[in-house]
Parts: sequence; structure tokens; C-alpha cells
Amino acid sequence: MSLTLAMHIPDGFLSGGVAAGAAIPAIAAVAYGLRTADRELDEARVPLLGVLAAFIFAVQMLNFPIAGGTSGHLLGATLAAVLLGRWVACLVMAVVLLTQAFAFADGGITALGANVLNMGVLGALLAGYAVTAGRRVLPDTRVAFLGLVGGVAWLAVMVGAAATATELAVSGTVSLGTVLPAMLGVHALIGVGEAVITVAAVSAVLAARPDLIAGADVAHLSPGPPPRPATGREVTT
Amino acid sequence: MRATSTRLFVILALAVAIGLATAVSPFASASPDGLEKVAQDKGFVDDGRLHALQDDAPVPDYAFPGIDDERLATGVAGFTGTLAVFALGSGLAYVIRRRAAGRPGATGAPAT
Repeated sequence: MSLTLAMHIPDGFLSGGVAAGAAIPAIAAVAYGLRTADRELDEARVPLLGVLAAFIFAVQMLNFPIAGGTSGHLLGATLAAVLLGRWVACLVMAVVLLTQAFAFADGGITALGANVLNMGVLGALLAGYAVTAGRRVLPDTRVAFLGLVGGVAWLAVMVGAAATATELAVSGTVSLGTVLPAMLGVHALIGVGEAVITVAAVSAVLAARPDLIAGADVAHLSPGPPPRPATGREVTT
Repeated sequence: MRATSTRLFVILALAVAIGLATAVSPFASASPDGLEKVAQDKGFVDDGRLHALQDDAPVPDYAFPGIDDERLATGVAGFTGTLAVFALGSGLAYVIRRRAAGRPGATGAPAT
């Protein structure tokens, strides 16, 4: 076995039909992301796409130990969706996973669509909608916002794990009753790591440049000095 | 002020990413991750194989080729990979903005 370090779904785990079936929504989401990115990504946040992809790639290398001789690492979809919006987040995750598959042999080539779907698209869309919805019902405080982001990050990992388990089962690789509890059990712990890292990164951005957080009016949640009054020079989109 | 401060933010964030990938990743846990552990326990890990396109992957398994020291090889792989992903993501962002600027009614750079 040459697969030793962090492992996304390699080729051979999924049937051709399942790999293709997962690739269709992944490609659709990335294509839609490409079409809408210029509207979601205003001029000020353009440089963030590259740097966020680089950050997620870097932190994905940092496997942290969890129980039972197992490790986990950040996926990053929630972080990307909170900072850049759900559709640009799909692009960020696709850039990371594409590079990992082709340059680092991490994650299969035919399984790339499934990996983009499970670790990118599902988490990014879930996070995008859930954070917006959650902010409507939760108190408008910094703690509530960060708590929401952490909870959603955990949930995004669980959804990705469930999707992976389902794809493995439909492929006939392993039965759902065997793989689903195992995947959810281990990822319930990995999701805690995801939540901690995501909250740490979001609170760092919230402290330094709250205006860089996508589409959400969070500037007043920054622990720093209050934002300066409007100058009338804001970009309208 | 805003442009400078965004540039500074990007430089700092990139420095953190490169630092983590280069200096911390060699000390990351080498235990199997969630999926790999499940695959081992449930007996399908050996189904996994590399695609023919990955036989010539430049940095297989996050170990930069030609470096004997395992930790150094991982650190160099992390450094290179982080810069490559940054370049790819930035290139994509550049293309997206150029295309947007080229549309009728858009402001900014001239049409291409």
C-alpha cells in the first residue's frame, strides 16, 4: 500500500456509476460558482480566493490525533463559505482537491468529483445556508456567531462523512450498516477539530478585517474598535 | 489605506499558511485519517489504487522526491504545494475578475 498519509477517496473505492453520479453535481456546482463568482467576489476580496485555498491546503496537511490510533484534518468548506460565500467556496475547495489529486496523488482521479462533492460542495452549501438562517434566529453577538460557525462546521463534516459512506455502500464496496456508523463515529470527533480550527480562523479574520467576511453584516461583532462611519465610497453591487 | 491593508492581510495569511505547511506538517499525526481507518477496519482499504495519471504525480504522498529525510521531504512538499495552490487560486480569481470587467456595464479594467 502506498497510501499512507491523509487520504481522500482513492480510485477503486467507488463504482464507475457512483463516481460519475457524484461528479455531475460537483461539476454543476463548480460551473455555477464560476458563473456567479464575479458577483460574489467583489474587488476587495479577490486576493482572498488564492490565499484561502493555500491556507486550506496547508491546514489539511496538519493531521491531528483523535481516539484509537486515528487522525483527522480540516476539510475547510465551512471556513471558505463563511469567508467567501458558498459558491466561491466550491471553487476554493475544487482548487485544493484538484491540486491534491494531480500533484500529490491524494484522492483519486475518477473519485475527484465525489471528493469535491463530499468535502467541498455539500459543506459549502450547507454552511452558506445554515449560517444565514442561524443568524436570523440567534442573538446578534460575537459569541453566538462563532458558536453557530462551529456547530455548522461540525455538521458539514458529518454530512460529508455520511455522503462518503452512502457512495461506498451504493458502490457495493461495503454495506451501509457497516460503514455509516463507523464513518459517523470517527467523524464526530474529527468534526470537533474542524469546528475548533474554523472558529479560530474566523475569529482571527473577525478581529483583523471583519469587512472581509462574505455577505454578512458582522463588522459590529469585531472585538476591535467600532467600524468607521460610511464614507460614501463603498462599492455597490 | 484599504488596498495596503488587504495586501498586508493576504501576505500575513499566506505566511501563516506557508509556515504551517513547511514547519508544522512534518510533525502532524501519521495515524490513518478517518476514511483510511474505517477502510482498514472494514476491510476495503486494499481496493484503493492510484490512477494511471497519478503514476507520475510530482509529489506523491506529500513527500518531495529526492529528499531522504522524511520530515524535510514533507516540509518541502508543504511549502511547494501551498505556493502552487496560491498561484492556481489567484490565477482563477484573476480570470474571474477580467471576465467580469469585460462585460458590458461593468466598471474597472477595460474589456479584453
